[in-house]
Amino acid sequence: MAKAPQVIRGFWLTFSAMFRKPITEQYPEEKHIYPPQPRFHGRHQLNRYPDGLEKCIGCELCAWACPADAIYVEGADNTEEARFSPGERFGKVYQINYLRCILCGLCIEACPTRALTMTNEYELADNSRAKLIYEKQDLLAPLLPGMAQPPHQMVEGLTDRDYYSGKVTGATPAQILESEQE
Amino acid sequence: MTVTANSNASNQTELISAVIDGIEIRVPKGTLIIRAAEQLGNQIPRFCDHPSLAPVAACRMCLVEIDGMPKPQPSCAIALTDGMVVKTQQSSEVAAQAQAGVMEFLLLNHPLDCPVCDKGGECPLQNQAMTNGRAESRFEEGTKRLFEKPININSEILLDRERCVSCARCTRFADEIAGDPTLELLERGAHQQVGTADDRPFESYFGGNTIQICPVGALTSATYRFRSRPFDLISHNTICEHCSSGCSTRTDVRRGKIMRRLASNDPEVNEEWNCDKGRFAFTHTVIDRISTPLIRENGELRAASWPEAISFAAAGLKGKRAGVLTGGRLPQEDAYAFARFARVVLNTNNLDFRNRTSSDEEAEFLANHIAGSGLNVSYRDLETADVVVLVAFEPENESPIVQLRLRKAVRNNKLKVIAVDSAAAPGHEKLSAELHLAKPGTEAAALSALSDKLKGRNAIVLVGERAAASAGLLSAAVALSDATAAKLAWVPRRAGERGAVEAGLLPNLLPGGRLLSDATDRAAVAAEWNVQQLPTAIGLDQKGMVQAANAAKLDAFLVAGVDVTDVAYHDDFKAALAKTFVVSLEPHYSSVTDYADVILPVGVITEREGSFVDWEGRERSFTAAMHQSLALSDARVLHLIANELGIKFADDAKSAALHKSLTELKSTTKKPAMTKVSAVESAGLVLAGLRQLIDNGSLQNGEAHLAATAREAVAKVNAKTAADHGLIDGNLVVLEAPGGTLVIPVEIAAVADQTIWLPLNSDGSTPLINLGITIGDSVSVKDAGAYVV
Ligand code: SF4
Ligand code: SF4
Ligand code: SF4
Ligand code: SF4
Ligand code: FES
Repeated sequence: MAKAPQVIRGFWLTFSAMFRKPITEQYPEEKHIYPPQPRFHGRHQLNRYPDGLEKCIGCELCAWACPADAIYVEGADNTEEARFSPGERFGKVYQINYLRCILCGLCIEACPTRALTMTNEYELADNSRAKLIYEKQDLLAPLLPGMAQPPHQMVEGLTDRDYYSGKVTGATPAQILESEQE
Repeated sequence: MTVTANSNASNQTELISAVIDGIEIRVPKGTLIIRAAEQLGNQIPRFCDHPSLAPVAACRMCLVEIDGMPKPQPSCAIALTDGMVVKTQQSSEVAAQAQAGVMEFLLLNHPLDCPVCDKGGECPLQNQAMTNGRAESRFEEGTKRLFEKPININSEILLDRERCVSCARCTRFADEIAGDPTLELLERGAHQQVGTADDRPFESYFGGNTIQICPVGALTSATYRFRSRPFDLISHNTICEHCSSGCSTRTDVRRGKIMRRLASNDPEVNEEWNCDKGRFAFTHTVIDRISTPLIRENGELRAASWPEAISFAAAGLKGKRAGVLTGGRLPQEDAYAFARFARVVLNTNNLDFRNRTSSDEEAEFLANHIAGSGLNVSYRDLETADVVVLVAFEPENESPIVQLRLRKAVRNNKLKVIAVDSAAAPGHEKLSAELHLAKPGTEAAALSALSDKLKGRNAIVLVGERAAASAGLLSAAVALSDATAAKLAWVPRRAGERGAVEAGLLPNLLPGGRLLSDATDRAAVAAEWNVQQLPTAIGLDQKGMVQAANAAKLDAFLVAGVDVTDVAYHDDFKAALAKTFVVSLEPHYSSVTDYADVILPVGVITEREGSFVDWEGRERSFTAAMHQSLALSDARVLHLIANELGIKFADDAKSAALHKSLTELKSTTKKPAMTKVSAVESAGLVLAGLRQLIDNGSLQNGEAHLAATAREAVAKVNAKTAADHGLIDGNLVVLEAPGGTLVIPVEIAAVADQTIWLPLNSDGSTPLINLGITIGDSVSVKDAGAYVV
């Protein structure tokens, strides 16, 4: 082939490629074939304790750490009537603006309660600004079996300190009942 | 290197020289080490130290090494002496170690609350733990002492005892500055905690300051709780709109919403304090707002465009006999725009800002003795005076920063306070005031009797807005000041009143302290306004306008910031508004908008810039905290109406231009003394009272926590009057007047004879509304049986 004209050499390359195994990903049909790496920084998640109470205390430390000013938090008081997290304070408004977020993860490092973590979810595209501002309900972790939907009281006899040291294992019947009455 | 303290005191007082961290410094004798170090730019860490409070050396954070002393010493409580050699943490390992040790002890029981603590981000403990503490803790978890948290020390202030560092700033403030010594450090050792006797609420008009000076998040505000972090806030320099004290405040805004207000440091005025009303009452700016111009058609209000509403208002005012009422809360510049609009566009002197008890005597007093008098008496003068006489003026309720300044002078400079009033008040006690009780109408005589006590001394007479309710009292105050060379000042209650006087919002007064009756003054004003002449006839005051309207002698009102229930003749007032064409410039729906024919929504105080004039005569300019608002100012709306009428009113409705024009009109010519009015005493039992600082005032709307700190409303009479009228201490009393009746608990107290004292606008005590009478009017009373809570 060394002496063949340039044009033949060019077409030969194209022709031979037809017999190679394709590496094209059929996204989005086949996206699960190539999952992201486990430590990939994707969409955030607001976690829950095993009984369903929210971990976020509305402290705004994530918002403070964020270099892109993508996070907006408003804290509020947990009351006798409505408790969303252990302790005095919970995150009433929680927004992440994915038009701003650079997925750096500094917010995750700042979070004192491990409320905020990142998932592997990377499909963060949409056709309007409003849709890319994720609200608290878009970010909250789903209720797993054994959890009760807040607001409800803490597990009887335990304090917020016990929650932080991992003594809660799941929702008690009293919590489930209260949650259902809401 | 030698550094010399750059303070005024250094001229008079002896200077000493000492060495701090190897730098020689010369400071006035008596300067504390911590202050001297500040002048060298060395911030010694501290918690309990506060420049306005007496040193206690409670927290031990400020330890420094002093040559010749065996152990590190607290620099906040030791004055430098000549030749002293001090080493701070900058140059001494011993001092740095001592401070780190104290920090370690402070953190021993300190909770890990920063993420949920309102102080986080602006916390001296956080900062100093970083700058002066150990990098790592040596203590295991699980050993901290716990308290129930948080607890209310009053409805506005929450206490978290776990976070307290026992610095005693709050307790010293309560005791020394406010004079409400009910906050104390209780228990000892690790269980030391702030509290009140028997867990009763901490009652003070100034309690909010303790939140601001607490160096940790132990005292927090119930309203600000969890609402934002320091980095969310944009701070604006503002002036409090609530009273004539003129406090400099900081308004913190998050995304266009006011989150909180703090006192700013202004040494000439409020020092670094403010009252709870100024601190907490700002929700009024957002409630009941009118969003669009409204026009009344067939008795119903309907939305209209600005051009339509302006031409409707202009048509309604054109060629009419009109009156202008502005209340006492406008910034000076807007007040000036009204003063000009009335004369140039409406061709009238019917204008009055006094939506309260007032008199012709007062109008003359204000025109001849107050307007244009500049900074005649200042806060600093109060501090250096020998005697201050309070006439129909109770500063704690009616101008709280005057109270604080007087208290400071009483404590530090042995100032003597004399009060001439109808009843004793807690504020008098805090000033150790000599009280001369006088039934409304008889204060003039009591005042004249004081002249011997003032002669030859550095004396100041402060008269309040209530003086207008007693005929002859202002005349007597002027006479007293003339006879004794005492300085005279007028302390109104509302923030815009002195500014309204300077702007000429009275029937007999032009802007800049110029008299309507003086041809030269009139000519000067006419020249500034580019008009041939001004209306010359003295106009009607507010009550006169109401009467004229009811007698069909007035056809239209231009009203801004007035609440009809602030005066006893509110029924006549409403009738007058119903009969006439009313143009209302208001941010909120109000008792006037109910009768308005056209409502032009203007901005609230936080949306505009301008200036107030405080009682001293000091201009207090402020910026717009909600600067992105599109709301118009009163001046701008008046400008639009004038344009619509084709009258050239002013070149520019901007605040700065109006301010400049007003400044150019200022006259300092001495005016003739007012005509003397003699006192009239009504026979029998009369009403007395005042508006308490925290009451039903509309600028306090929407503040439940604040409202709960209000003083309880009770009627007060003295023992003799009670016996004469068959009243029993602790029972209910029923008051009867032509306007109706009012039932309220009654208490025997120090009140003038034949006088029943009531709060004028508090929950359960609104005599102006229920009885239709005001201070000095006759009232009849009888016992109404036991008071069951
Ligand atoms: S990942 Fe980074 S940019 Fe995105 S919200 Fe967190 S801190 Fe901000
Ligand atoms: S997610 Fe974490 S850091 Fe952010 S507000 Fe909630 S608790 Fe604080
Ligand atoms: S007072 Fe300061 S150090 Fe203590 S919890 Fe609050 S923010 Fe943290
Ligand atoms: S509550 Fe605050 S101001 Fe009062 S003693 Fe404790 S730390 Fe000091
Ligand atoms: S600041 Fe000196 S002991 Fe507290």
